Amino acid sequence: MLSDAEIFEKVQLVLVDALGVDDDEVTLGATLEGDLGAESIDFLDIFFRLEKAFTVKISRSEFLPDALFSPDSGFIKDGLVTPEGIAELKKAAPHFDADKLAKNPKIETIKDLTTVQTLVNFVRNKL
Amino acid sequence: MRWMWIDKFTDFKSGSHATSVKNVTLAEEHLHDHYPGFPVMPGSLIIEGMAQTGGILLGATNDFKHVVILGKIPKMTFHSWVVPGDTLTYHAKLVDERPEGGLTEVSAKVGDRLVADGEIFFAHVDQSVNGPSGAMIDQKNFVFSMRLMGVMNVGKAGDGSAPAAESAGSGTS
Repeated sequence: MLSDAEIFEKVQLVLVDALGVDDDEVTLGATLEGDLGAESIDFLDIFFRLEKAFTVKISRSEFLPDALFSPDSGFIKDGLVTPEGIAELKKAAPHFDADKLAKNPKIETIKDLTTVQTLVNFVRNKL
Repeated sequence: MRWMWIDKFTDFKSGSHATSVKNVTLAEEHLHDHYPGFPVMPGSLIIEGMAQTGGILLGATNDFKHVVILGKIPKMTFHSWVVPGDTLTYHAKLVDERPEGGLTEVSAKVGDRLVADGEIFFAHVDQSVNGPSGAMIDQKNFVFSMRLMGVMNVGKAGDGSAPAAESAGSGTS
């Protein structure tokens, strides 16, 4: 069983390779999009590499269920994620820091939810 | 002009690797501007050649059922330049292949001299993977299905004879 520190080391390597960032930029709190400049295509690349690094199978919907924050999900109201939406996030994708979203439930917060820590959590739950 | 930046394949193993060549000639107009008095093959077109080699390799792996586009270039290093008269040899190795796309390791060489190496990541953009919006892409616009699959006919013994079926993909289009 890998420790969180060991998982982080491998995740760090994956992000250095996939995003062309320096390893010291890849801190647990760094957001993938905001701090590390990841775009949608990068997530595909990152998942490929995580699968290889940890010998696991990953599907995008498993990481963040497509329906969760779509406009017709019923979990978005007046630009805010509803408490039901936050509860659903906790249940369906516990690797995310749902409390952070609860503090600031604006939909813009969602993209800041994916941090290096999220990936570490996600991998840990998969192993 | 067709946007073909490889001249032919010299080795093609569907699902594994492919090697192609590109002969660089002073008849290529862009070389007169890149640069005046000092013609060198633009790095971007070397990347295109490697991407076509890797992209056709990935496409053939799925019998060209997916529309393959270059998604990103995670890594690319240029080591030297290429001038008219050089023969570039592109090599692509399929590292990973999934319904959403694939990752290739690529290199460009002139003889034994390394010109560039890196990774190219491809995405599948079509209806089966990405929903109805993918269907708007006309496959005919893509190099992979432009009835130019003859470039994939690898002469196994150097005599131009037809390739063995298992090593050259289906050549559909």
